[in-house]
Amino acid sequence: MGRLLVAAIGVASIAATASAEPPAGAVSCSGCHATSARVTTPVPRLLGVDQAAIVKAMQEFRSGQRPGTVMDRIAKGFTDDEIRAIAAWYAGQR
Amino acid sequence: MSPGRREFLKLGAAAAASTALCPYPVFARGAAPKVVVIGGGFAGASCARALRTIDPAIAVTLVEPNPTFTACPFSNNVVAGLRELSAQQFTYEHVAAAGITLAGTSATAVDAAARSVTLADGARLPYDRLVMAPGIDIRWGALPGYDEAASASMPHAWRAGEQTLRLRRQLEAMPDGGVVVISAPANPFRCPPGPYERASLIAHFLKTRKPRSKLIVLDAKDVFSKQRLFQQAWAELYPGLLEWVPVSRGGAVTAVDPTTRTFVTDFGRHKADVANVIPPQKAGRIAEVAGVADRSGWCPIDPVTFESRLEPRIHVIGDAAIAGAMPKSAFAANSQAKTCAVVVARLLTGAAPSDPKLINTCYSLIAPDYGISVAGVYEPSGGQLAEVKGAGGVSPAGAPRETRAAEAVLAEAWFRTITAEVFG
Repeated sequence: MGRLLVAAIGVASIAATASAEPPAGAVSCSGCHATSARVTTPVPRLLGVDQAAIVKAMQEFRSGQRPGTVMDRIAKGFTDDEIRAIAAWYAGQR
Repeated sequence: MSPGRREFLKLGAAAAASTALCPYPVFARGAAPKVVVIGGGFAGASCARALRTIDPAIAVTLVEPNPTFTACPFSNNVVAGLRELSAQQFTYEHVAAAGITLAGTSATAVDAAARSVTLADGARLPYDRLVMAPGIDIRWGALPGYDEAASASMPHAWRAGEQTLRLRRQLEAMPDGGVVVISAPANPFRCPPGPYERASLIAHFLKTRKPRSKLIVLDAKDVFSKQRLFQQAWAELYPGLLEWVPVSRGGAVTAVDPTTRTFVTDFGRHKADVANVIPPQKAGRIAEVAGVADRSGWCPIDPVTFESRLEPRIHVIGDAAIAGAMPKSAFAANSQAKTCAVVVARLLTGAAPSDPKLINTCYSLIAPDYGISVAGVYEPSGGQLAEVKGAGGVSPAGAPRETRAAEAVLAEAWFRTITAEVFG
């Protein structure tokens, strides 16, 4: 519950600056998560994805709840704050 | 403008008009800030595009003499006959369309004090910030006997293009029962798992096409990237075909003889039918000319800003940089490039840089349907880019073949994704 509330506040505060500078780590994701709709890939796109969904996926990869090929290893390198900031930034991107 | 045609600056006029100004901070005077990027590979082209995206007010010029970029990742598939070189090649058409000025010639000098880059045609490009992404050059002569002429009979194929095809043709022409020898260098070098992926895919080629042949890897190291996974897979897929000789068992090559395709080690001589020398490397030559390479041949940088530790207002990214724990990979280059673009855009407005976080993911193929990976997360620590503890690592040992097949699919998807971002 508390987490969801924080996430919601995050969305509200980031929404005003959706085109703002990407937070630490965010720009690296597009190495694998395509920004172009034309690329054929099994890796999900992140642009415009709901912040809470990205936060949940990252936290589950990090805890091992969600099986991954590389995301389980990468998610462990990010704190809750970093994950929320990155997710909010992607949620605001088109 | 037709595809692949390079847009050249009207250099004389542009340079004359702007060298006299170059105010700092630029925004204070209302002029567009100028960033010059040297090198149109994964690092340079990514950075140029990211700069335009972050702040379209920045005037970005990309200095790259080749009209076509030939990507190294997946070039081992070309060597092994699994892919055509054309699938590795990209033009700068979309880079230009993104509003980046292309200077289709080489940079020959950098004047850090005057903040300008001199091009091969004599023109000068002024900059507020310079980003150097010159990739690697071969250290010709560092391995006795291995000069540029020797790379005809003993190709390195470590800068993709004609060399890649040369190695492939030699493998195709080799009779069944021949001996292929690869020599791998000491660290650091471009693409740490690359020699072992190449060995794997050449072994796959030999197993399927010339099964009486043998492959020997002479290594200047005892340990290498993803070693356990490679060695497990080699034992499973290529027993008796692929022999890896570490430095402790005489793997260090001390000289080569290109006329007889012979590798000399302290323990003996290996005469090859096909010889692939992966030679010692250094940062692309312009780094040395600009004074941003140190005695190691590579470029020390600040881990927060990527700014050279040797020259102010020059940032170095990609394979040429000493990026601490980050490997010299295309993914790392792309991650550094976009991170550097954020920092450069900040510095141009007078804002302070904040600590970045970077990622690397590298896939290697051991067979067309057998992929493995290494991943890492990095942050500035103790003046270096250090690995975030507890994160990253390699694919699980002993994973089922479905996992390896899934990673092979992800490897190709990664290539399509990153090349679309940089060149698409």
